[in-house]
Parts: sequence; structure tokens; C-alpha cells
Amino acid sequence: MTVDSTAARKPRRSSGASGAAAKRAGTKKAATKAPDEPQLVQLLTPEGERVTHPDYEIDLSADELRGLYRDMVLTRRFDAEATSLQRQGELGLWASLLGQEAAQIGSGRALRDDDYVFPTYREHGVAWCRGVDPTNLLGMFRGVNHGGWDPNSNNFHLYTIVIGSQTLHATGYAMGVAKDGADSAVIAYFGDGASSQGDVAESFTFSAVYNAPVVFFCQNNQWAISEPTEKQMRVPLYQRAQGFGFPGVRVDGNDVLACLAVTKAALERARRGEGPTLVEAFTYRMGAHTTTDDPTRYRADEEREAWEAKDPILRVRTYMEKEGLADAAFFEEIEAESEALGKRVREAVRSMPDPDTMAIFENVYADGHALVDEERAQFAAYQASFAEEGK
Amino acid sequence: MAVKKLPIAKAINESLRTALENDPKVLIMGEDVGQLGGVFRVTDGLFKDFGEGRVIDTPLAESGIVGTAIGLALRGYRPVVEIQFDGFVFPAYDQIVTQLAKMHARSLGKIKLPVVIRIPYGGGIGAVEHHSESPEALFAHVAGLKVVSPSNASDAYWMMQQAIQGDDPVIYFEPKRRYWDKSDVDFDAIPAPLHKARVAREGTDLTLAAYGPMVKVCLEAAAAAAEEGRSVEVVDLRSMSPIDFDALQTSVEKTRRLVVVHEAPVFYGAGAEIAARITERCFYHLEAPVLRVGGYHAPYPPARLEEEYLPGLDRVLDAVDRSLAY
Repeated sequence: MTVDSTAARKPRRSSGASGAAAKRAGTKKAATKAPDEPQLVQLLTPEGERVTHPDYEIDLSADELRGLYRDMVLTRRFDAEATSLQRQGELGLWASLLGQEAAQIGSGRALRDDDYVFPTYREHGVAWCRGVDPTNLLGMFRGVNHGGWDPNSNNFHLYTIVIGSQTLHATGYAMGVAKDGADSAVIAYFGDGASSQGDVAESFTFSAVYNAPVVFFCQNNQWAISEPTEKQMRVPLYQRAQGFGFPGVRVDGNDVLACLAVTKAALERARRGEGPTLVEAFTYRMGAHTTTDDPTRYRADEEREAWEAKDPILRVRTYMEKEGLADAAFFEEIEAESEALGKRVREAVRSMPDPDTMAIFENVYADGHALVDEERAQFAAYQASFAEEGK
Repeated sequence: MAVKKLPIAKAINESLRTALENDPKVLIMGEDVGQLGGVFRVTDGLFKDFGEGRVIDTPLAESGIVGTAIGLALRGYRPVVEIQFDGFVFPAYDQIVTQLAKMHARSLGKIKLPVVIRIPYGGGIGAVEHHSESPEALFAHVAGLKVVSPSNASDAYWMMQQAIQGDDPVIYFEPKRRYWDKSDVDFDAIPAPLHKARVAREGTDLTLAAYGPMVKVCLEAAAAAAEEGRSVEVVDLRSMSPIDFDALQTSVEKTRRLVVVHEAPVFYGAGAEIAARITERCFYHLEAPVLRVGGYHAPYPPARLEEEYLPGLDRVLDAVDRSLAY
């Protein structure tokens, strides 16, 4: 499997060139697109039709496909619950992933346990794939901590708020992986807005120069808060990789199969010691940037409606129903599981304890610091003075 | 090995060599630190002896250097990063402040980032813009960072060892105009703790507090004052975060007068913090307000003016006179 860095300008090989594609030629159509359409790797159309791609093919069992569907539905349910909890005042803020489930589950399920993930703050679906308890993601949004999980238990780094910073951490970590002679890979998530940041460009430079085993997974959800992609870039994002000397590929970010196949190929390439890949998952943020934002001020309803037709979950369901890969009982089961998850999340948030006041002074330094010790003691004495007054 | 007389730059070089030998996880990173041995030759010979896997010439991108060092530390390495000059640290300031300083707290203690950032700093070498600044207060103000600056070869060697061995990020400011000053390094010594201040000269009439490049100026000022019959104590703070206020308090309670000297602008500088805290701690001991001598609230001037800008013997002695006049 190769990753095509010049996909937009190079004539495609015929779909019969790949063995896997040939095997499927009888049952699947090759994707066709108008010449001015962005070059997208797609394996499942918005209509739920399975198509082939000469470079990226994937052979999933019905069970695996149902698993991806389940992941996406539960992630969406979790996200919806968190959005409601914010509206009810239980969370200070929420960054919804609505619409990006395929990009996150597809890429997340491409990872091996020993791979390491550097997320931004919207990767709830990837966290799900890594086995991070979703309730742990809510601590920072409720304001009880800045993290909430041990990054090394799931090889899933803490959410990074500053845009693009984590791409350098991923690159450095990947440089370390290479030094250790390990064959795991690292993946860095970021958005289209982050691609304007210097840190992202510097991470491209470093990863290329040191041939670091890192995959840059950009979810181009079309909007950086209110700024459309036209305000961030003048060439398709995936093409930027070429200037740094590694391949870039644009994948249909609402197609879970394509995201899985493309990410898997990029991770394998990294493992083989062939260096970084930029994956641009072309997708759409259906909701607001965060719950503080009002997308009706900057984007048209028609745009959202057009993307609703490309819903990542619906197309998998349509495909499964059409091909008889899941029955009504399965969908009911997922629905019930979904409700249970919502309930669990709701209860977990409402019963989440506030941190101990003295936590302010904890973990500022690993080896301690005289000023922190002094201020901790002063603060403790101040707190204690109220107790004395109350006597 | 016992005692050797070394210039500060060479002492740091020896310290880095020792660290590379002792711990395979220690890495040296930065622009020109490899083949060239650094623009000040502080990493001279390390590339040759340890190879490009341990002594890493990096792309010219400061945020990238610090950001990838963070990633390497997350993987279990202990990077020692060189920022070529003080005024070039600002592209990396975001990574240092928002990531390096805070990740330990953000992770509730799960992540440790033993990253040392070496910054040759300060003026007095006739350099062009951005090559002579003293931005230590900007880092000391940030919780999660430790900030130190040696003033002699022994400290240069031992404080680097301690900075590398500690689990916290340390900004290690190197007084570049003292790089070539020689003094004894005792390789068998048991060094003072990293953040302990040192009385560099005993005295009874007034305390001069300084660190890094200004310690030498203060020692010269104390010697000059002695000729006028004044006994001036010089405290080398060594660490700007944390500051050893206990040692400073002990000195001020003895001398009852304090003048803080640094190259950085006085406004919002380390001297302001020291004056405030020592006033709180020693209010009834002080015979004069704590005075400060340092740079002005102006960009670091062109080289032809730097001798006017930098605190020299006369400005320090003038402050001594003013303090004693109360």
C-alpha cells in the first residue's frame, strides 16, 4: 500500500491494479468524481455504497464493521450528553465532535496499543478507542482538573488547549521511539486552524529531518471557530506535506472505512521507518466550535444541511442494512447501550467531587519549590483561621 | 580528578560530558551544538565523542527545539537544550510557558519533564540586538519552572549536574560575558543544593545581592568599598526560582542594608521581588529601603552604549553610598 503525495496531479491507476480491488470488482463500484472536486480517498459513499480505491482497500468482517458503528454511535451519544450537561450548567464548556465521528473512530481504530496519541481537546472518539473512560474527559470541562487520566495508561496524552503545540510533542516522542528502536508509531491530531500555527510547520520540519515515525492527522472540519479554511490556507491542506518532503493524503473524513484504511497505511509506513505522513480528513464540524460559540453568526444553514447528507454514521447504517450485516436487534441493542452510557455520564458528572482546596499547591514541581511550600503553609494557616473563628 | 582551574564555558562542557557519560537518556539539542560545538563552543567535542544520536543539531526553530524536547522527555529522555542567545528564546516561550512549565501539574503529577534549557544571557560582549538580554524574570514568574544562573566555574559544573538530574524543567542562564573567567572546580566536592544562596564575601555594613554576571561586579564593588572602610557582604543568589530568602534574610539581619544588582531592567525585575519579600521579612531590621541597581526600561541599547546601560562598579558603589546615607 502506498501513500500518494501527488494524488491531485497524478493520473490514477485503474481500479483493477490492486488485488483486493479486483476481488471486489464484481460487487463494488469504483468511486467517480467531478474533476474540480477535492481529491478524496473514499470507500463508502454518503449513500452507503461501498466503493473501491486503488491504493487503499480494507477487508472488514461484519463484526468489525458493527464495532465501528457502535463506536461512532456511542461517541455521538456521549458527546450529545456532554453538550446537554453544559447547557444544564454542569460543565463550564464543551467542545463537541458532532460530525467528526468517522474521522476519529476510523483513525483511532487504526492504532495499535503501543502507539501513542497526542490529541487536541476534541478527540473524544479517539479517547474512546484508546479505552479512556469517557467520564474522565469531563473533569477539565467541569473545572475540577486540567487532565483527568494517566496518559501512560492508555498511551493517550492529555488534551492540549494551545493550538498545535502537541504536534511538536508527538514529533519529539516519535524521535524517541525511533531512538529506542521500537516499531510503534505516534499520531498527532490537530485541526485546519492549527495548520496555520508555526508549531505545526516546525513539527513537519523536525519530523521530516529526523524521519520520525509520526502521523499527522488533521481533521479539516472547515471552520476554526468563525474563520473558514479560506482564511487559513490557499492550497489544499494535504498538499502542504509535499513541501516538507513527506506524503500527504486527503481522505473523506466522514467515511470511517477510508479513515481507517488511510491511517493504517500511514502508521505502517511510519513503523517501516519511512517517516511521517500528513492525513487530511476532510470533514465538518456540525455544531459550534465550543458551547460558547454561535455558528449561526458566521455560516449558512444550507452549508450544514449539505454536510448533514454526508453523515458519517448514517451511511454505515445504510450500508449494513442494505448488505444485511446487522439486524434490527443489533440496532436496538446499540440504542439501549447508548442510553445507558448517557445515564452513566450524567450521573458521573453530577457526582464528580470538587478537588481539595490544597490541590492548588500540588504537583507544581516534581522535586518541590521553597516558594510553593511557603505559600501552601500560609494558605493553610489562613484557611485554619476560619475554623478557629467558628469555634 | 580532584580540582581543576577552568573557564565557565569549559566547566559546563565538562558537566555535559559527565552527564552524557553517566546517563544514556541525556541528550544535547540545539542549533549548531554538533559539528561546530556551539557558537560559544560550550558543546565542543561532544558531537565527536557521543555522535549525532546524543548531540543533536536541530533545525533553526526554537519552538521546535523545546517542543520536541518535551516529546523526548515524555518518552523518557533527559534533553539539555541550547537556545543560542537570550533574545532568541521568545519563539520558544509559548512551549516553555504553556507546556513545559505546566504539564506536571496538568497531569496531576503523572508526567515529569526533566528538560534543561541553557540560555547564554546578558550583555557586555559588544553584540548586536537580541544578543544581550536578561529575560530571567519572565521565566521566574512562571510556576513550574526553576531558574538558575551560575557565576563561577564550580557552580557552572555542579549546578548543571543538579539541573539535569532533577525532575523539573530548569532554565539555566549562562553569563556569557563570564564564559572565559577561570576558577577552581572540585570534581570530588559535595555541592551545595541547587537553590542555595552562597555568601561570596563576608561583610557587616551592607548586603549586595546578585547572581550570574553581576556577582563579579559586586565583589569588585565590595573590594573598592573596603578601601573606604566599609564592610560589604556579597550574596550570590545562584537561583532566581526559587530564591533562597532565608540566606538573604540572615545576611540582611546582620548588615541591615540591602542593594540588589542585576543586568535586567529594574522595573518588574528580580530586584522588585527581593525588595518586597525582604522588606516583609526584615522590616524592623532595615536601616534603609532596599535599593535596586539594574537596566533601564528601554530596549537593550546598541553596543556602544551598553557600558552606560549595564550596572558597573560606579553605579553599584553609588547605591551603596545612598543606602548607607539613610
